[in-house]
Amino acid sequence: MAEVPEYLKNEREQEWRLALRGSMKNKERTQLERVQMTEQDPNKRNGDFTEVNCGLTEKEARLEAQRCLDCVNPTCITGCPVGINIPKFIKKIEAGEFLDSARVLKETNTLPAVCGRVCPQEVQCEEACFYTQKLKKTPVAIGHLERFIADYEQSSGKMSVPDIPVKNGIKVASIGSGPAGLAFAGDMAKMGYDVTVFEALHEIGGVLKYGIPEFRLPNRIVDVEIDVLKKMGVKFVKNFIVGATASVEDLREEGFKAFMVGSGAGLPNFMHIPGENYIGIYSSNEYLTRVNLMNAADPEYDTPVISGKRVAVIGGGNTAMDAVRTSKRLGAERSMIIYRRSIEEMPARNEEIKHAQEEGVEFMNLHNPLEYYADENGRVCRMKVQKMELGEPDASGRRRPIPIEGSEFTMEVDTVVVSVGVSPNPLIPSSMKELEVSKWGTIIVNGDTMHSSVEGVFAGGDIVRGGATVILAMGDGRKAAEAMDQYLKN
Amino acid sequence: MSKIIEKEYFSEAVVRLVVEAPHIAKSRKAGHFVIVKTGEKGERIPLTIAAADVDKGTITLIIQKVGVTSTKICDLEVGDEITDVVGPLGLPTHIEKVGTVLASGGGVGVAPLLPIVEAFKEAGNRVITVLAARKKDLIILEEQMRDHSDEVIIMTDDGSYGKQGLVTNGMEEVILREKVDLAVTVGPAIMMKFATLLTGKYDIPTVASLNTLMVDGTGMCGACRVTVGGKTKFVCVDGPEFDAHEVDFDEMLLRLDSYKPSEAEAYESYLSNHPKSI
Repeated sequence: MAEVPEYLKNEREQEWRLALRGSMKNKERTQLERVQMTEQDPNKRNGDFTEVNCGLTEKEARLEAQRCLDCVNPTCITGCPVGINIPKFIKKIEAGEFLDSARVLKETNTLPAVCGRVCPQEVQCEEACFYTQKLKKTPVAIGHLERFIADYEQSSGKMSVPDIPVKNGIKVASIGSGPAGLAFAGDMAKMGYDVTVFEALHEIGGVLKYGIPEFRLPNRIVDVEIDVLKKMGVKFVKNFIVGATASVEDLREEGFKAFMVGSGAGLPNFMHIPGENYIGIYSSNEYLTRVNLMNAADPEYDTPVISGKRVAVIGGGNTAMDAVRTSKRLGAERSMIIYRRSIEEMPARNEEIKHAQEEGVEFMNLHNPLEYYADENGRVCRMKVQKMELGEPDASGRRRPIPIEGSEFTMEVDTVVVSVGVSPNPLIPSSMKELEVSKWGTIIVNGDTMHSSVEGVFAGGDIVRGGATVILAMGDGRKAAEAMDQYLKN
Repeated sequence: MSKIIEKEYFSEAVVRLVVEAPHIAKSRKAGHFVIVKTGEKGERIPLTIAAADVDKGTITLIIQKVGVTSTKICDLEVGDEITDVVGPLGLPTHIEKVGTVLASGGGVGVAPLLPIVEAFKEAGNRVITVLAARKKDLIILEEQMRDHSDEVIIMTDDGSYGKQGLVTNGMEEVILREKVDLAVTVGPAIMMKFATLLTGKYDIPTVASLNTLMVDGTGMCGACRVTVGGKTKFVCVDGPEFDAHEVDFDEMLLRLDSYKPSEAEAYESYLSNHPKSI
């Protein structure tokens, strides 16, 4: 077990913390039941794009905050990729000092309203919580509390902007405005750097905008967090593709001293089975981009989307859940997940699976697509699938799906969304010949510093990891910021 | 935001716009394209860069009114701004000295063909260019093509200008007359399909520049995917130019019509609300 840092020990001994701990017995705290966040009625919500989770009330949040034991050894912090001072922000909630609590969150987390919604807390902070580890009880709802505070601050109209030291005049760039780039930008701005974030699309936010649907993460929530960064002096340049519009070398000539590549895992994978290019077959990236970024579902917007009555989504990840739940909202009568393993092996968060089930999504687990068929206009109308069974565990540790001979059958579909992962976007690597990449195309970095093989070029998020989570990308962005600061000082 | 500096009507339905885009003007090469979006609620569409002026920091786009988005862009005036212009995208044309290059362009495909012709000519090739359109006033960039080609052959469907016939008639005339080392074709998919069938008959290596549907244009969505040599390729990052003999043009033609019914409906309603655009 890592040594508890001195400042955490000291903070824990402050009077207000002592008083709060003394105000209630641990036994009373552990007897409280974990709060349940209110969710919209599944049969109503699957018809529109309003947010599914409703957030906590002040009363619920303070009650939940009482469950936190303010442990001597706050293991929860080590479970957080961006190292949020979890007990401190929770105890501020218990004390009713919500705006102070927000300041604590923002010391280390640039996007608390985002993380409170999309982080897989069940495998991070909440997994490391004393309740989970030692008491074998449901953990403190850290994610819900984070969201509560971030939302409280957003709606208070009193958004705090972190203190910015005198600018040091050193220009640094983030390539990409997704979670890695935004976390990086926030930390660099706090250290006084002159930060510019370059974005290829016409909107800032990367996957938070084009990928994650409104019903899980409303765009306005993202925009408020981006506004804080703007107030911190971060500059944003849209419609600018580093490596195409201008090269890293061009930007060096314009005075940029270091770069953080957070360009994401761009290229959608397909299965390369017959008929996969028929009309009505999308990658999940395209389907979600049309709906989330381009507002295709709104007739006021020009971008179209095909979304039929029988929609099959291939895959079992969070993106597959986002796509299948979107199809329901676009009017599908049958929205189906087709996944080659069983529900236990699904990479999607339990919450997303549960929400999809509640909303009437059908799960065809242990099925794999083999071929698509089209009508005379080239529009997909049927697909052939094969049943699978599970064999021995494979390299991923999950049981390997094995086709069952002779189990093939065809079914009617009019829209298919292929959500079987992404590969790194080659744009940046191909524009920098000396940049070392793996055989998968991800950028190779020093794991401690996120420094790539090119001097002054750091990288993080999916372009390094190949496909991970918002919070891991943010953790990379923070790590890169810290290392870049050291690099620029030497 | 990119300001429109110049506007010229080539015909009622074809417009040339010179647009402020200094970075793109500097970085672009023959074969590159941009993604353009107009208005907050607009759609992203790919447009090939016809020319660029590094000193003035401008690029030239040539657009034909075919649907809501292209019409909205064509209706912008000098001084107006295009909401979003991003690029240059795609891989540049592979230019080398091969001998004789037979370039063929149809419709507004002639616009992206121009920088390609320029580059091949500059590399020391003999360049013969065949321009084709339905009728005389749809022939564009003839003068510029003549400046960079050893010979220009004009073909119109109705014989109102140049020779009467299809692009392939003009191409075959050249192929029968002299040795062609490379053919380059840019235009409507159906035209490129038949141009490629023709050059295939004579075993001439051929490059086609494909203009598929796109959303982001950076490889992220796969809307632009085509089958080339039996493999799925993304036009935006693997192209837009491919070995034409390997391209599955029939699949491409189908995919281009993905949104035909809804597009036609949207266009009709747009025109009825914007009578001046017709």
